[in-house]
Formats: sequence, structure tokens, C-alpha cells
Amino acid sequence: MENINNSRLSIAPSNSAFLLIIGLITLILIRVFYVINQSSQPRSSTSKQKPLSTLIVLGSGGHTAEMINLLNVLPKNRFKPRYYIAAATDNMSLQKAQVLENSLLNEGGVDEVRSAQFMQIYRSREVGQSYITSVGTTLIALAHALWLMIKIRPHVILCNGPGTCIPLCVIAFIFKVFGIRWSYIFYVESIARVRRLSLSALLLYKLRMADQLFVQWPQLKSKYPRAHYVGRLM
Amino acid sequence: MGKEDDGLESRRTVFVTVGTTRFDSLVRAVDTQEVKEELYKNGYTHLLIQMGRGSYVPAKSTGENGSLVVDYFTFSSSIADYLRSASLVISHAGSGSIFETLRLQKPLIVVVNEDLMDNHQSELAEELAERKHLFCARPQTLYQTIANMDLGLLIPYQPGDATPVAEFINSFLGFPR
Repeated sequence: MENINNSRLSIAPSNSAFLLIIGLITLILIRVFYVINQSSQPRSSTSKQKPLSTLIVLGSGGHTAEMINLLNVLPKNRFKPRYYIAAATDNMSLQKAQVLENSLLNEGGVDEVRSAQFMQIYRSREVGQSYITSVGTTLIALAHALWLMIKIRPHVILCNGPGTCIPLCVIAFIFKVFGIRWSYIFYVESIARVRRLSLSALLLYKLRMADQLFVQWPQLKSKYPRAHYVGRLM
Repeated sequence: MGKEDDGLESRRTVFVTVGTTRFDSLVRAVDTQEVKEELYKNGYTHLLIQMGRGSYVPAKSTGENGSLVVDYFTFSSSIADYLRSASLVISHAGSGSIFETLRLQKPLIVVVNEDLMDNHQSELAEELAERKHLFCARPQTLYQTIANMDLGLLIPYQPGDATPVAEFINSFLGFPR
């Protein structure tokens, strides 16, 4: 009898810890599915008039040009303050964003002052870097992305590739799951992608991390039905 | 399509651009005798090559005894002026150069770099070629493309419009129209 009792006693704590972990995982999974489901729904109509802080991830070259075209027609008074992030190796993109913001300053006057901030982010892997050293740089890049996201906590994220935006979107999604910040994530696939999604877009599409994903060619829309085709940015 | 003369009546420039990196096989292709002769036969007088970081240096020429005037440079802060004064543009397949050229309504041959690892670039060039907005070539077929091209077949590209995407985002976020 004693023996049986003893073994029961020793099993009980590990059993409850096991149940606790299972319970937690279940809760998180339920929350993840809830977040994914909610993300595909339009924003409800509360506090509509308040502007939303917006994170704009600039890719480089052609990606940045497309993003600037989108920003040009977006009502800036609804999307502010605006935080621009570009890769640390990309000097041109933030300059282009600055030109855009300066032109707004000239149009809007004092009202528009300080509605934009510009930041750079480490890239996880530079072209040609070895895979062994890239483990370290990836960790640094992730920590940096987390730091930036904690500081910004944007309501809206606009991105259009390439990979720079992925850590930021993943962190934003985790923030949504844990109730730190609900952000609306929009991804516009590059116009250069006609027949197949880029790896970044495919990740966000398959994992359902982007609230809405836009493609610029009808062929892609028929291949990825949850994507939206509403014309080209260029 | 845009046949702009540079003040000088007879000047017709072919502008070649490789973008921000290098594309030696394109520079080598336009530097071949057969391509230069074909361009000259088609009425072009000048060949200007933006060669980027490439290591292949084309031969300069002052264009005596009935041949193209050939010149080159590595980079320029803005290639817009070169594009504007060109009568024909031969470009790498980057979307930046492609759309900048199409917006200026210049005849364009896009040459796809087959040495690139992730060669999704050809997708855009081939799609736009199918829609007759440009000609698409490979370095080794550039000569045939120039010999066979009929610029009259090109259809001007209607620039895209970001407004529908912006409106979609706006209404998704519950902003009034």
C-alpha cells in the first residue's frame, strides 16, 4: 500500500506540470487561431477618426520606389506618426522617404512637423555571408528588431519585401497573440513577381501573418486566392 | 515612340545600363562588332554604356569612318537624364530601370542576367514583353533581337495607379472614404 501511495505522490506533480503545459499550449493555439481569424476581418468602427501610428518597411531599389508610390496616395493625416525602417546597408531608401516627408512639410506647414522618424535595422544575412556566422548575425538582427518593435509598437505595418520585413512582422504577430499591441499588417508583393510569390510573401501568406496581401498581377491572384489584386503600383 | 534628338538633328543614342551592380555579359554583348554594326545599320549614332562595377571595359570609339561613337562610365547619381536623351535603351532586368524607361516612353530592350542565382527577374521582363511594352533578350540573343525588332510594334505602357491599394487599406481600417 505504502509503495503505491508513494508512486502516486511522485507522479502527481509531474502530471500536473504536464497538464499545465498542455493547457498553456492549447490556450496559446486557441489565441493564435483567434488572432489569425480576427486579422482577416476589417477593423471595427470604434475611434475611426484617430490617426494610426504606422511602420513602413523599405526594401531597397525597386521595392522602395513601389512603396513611395503607395505612400504618395495614402492619406497621411490618418497614418501618423510614421516610422520608416530600412536595412543598415541601404542608404538610398531612407533618403527617398525623407524627400517625401520633406515635401509634406512644405505642403502642410507646422502641423506636419515630427510626424516621421527614420531608423535602420541590421540584416540577418548579407549577400555572400557564410551560414555559420549568419547564426550569430541573425540573433543580433532579431534582438534589434524586437527592440525597435518594443519602441514603436505600430498600429499599422506596411511592407513590400524583401526579407527585411519578416522579423518585424513575426514580432508584430507575437505582440498580437500576447495582447501587447494589435497591428494591421499589409504586404504588397513586388511588381517583379509575376508567376510566383517571393519567399517573404509566401511565408506571410502561408502562416497567415499578413492581414492582407496584395499582388500586382492577376496570375498570382488565381494561384493564391486569399491575395488581392487591385492593380499595379508602378 | 519617343524619338528625341539631342539638339543635334542626327544624334541617336543607345543607352545601356546595368544598374547598381555588374553585368559583364551584357556589356560584352553590346561591345561586339555584330551588335554595334546592327545598331549603326538601324540609324543609331552613339552608344553610351553605364557599366557599373563590372570588370569588362568596352572599347571607346570616336566614330570615324562610319561606325558608332562609343563611350562608357561606371555610375551616375541619376540616370534619368541619360534615359531621357536616349533613342533606345538596353537595360538589365531590374524593375527600377524598366519602369523608369517605360514611363519616359522610350523603346526598351531588357537583357536578362542568367548568372543571377535567384532568377525571378526574367518573370517581369517576359510578362512585359508578352504585353508588347518592351523586347526581352539574353546576352547571347541580343544581336538577333536588335536585327529583328520593329519599334512600331511596341505598345506604350500605362503607368500603374496605387490608389486602389490605398483605398483598400483605408476601408479595411474603417476610415471613411
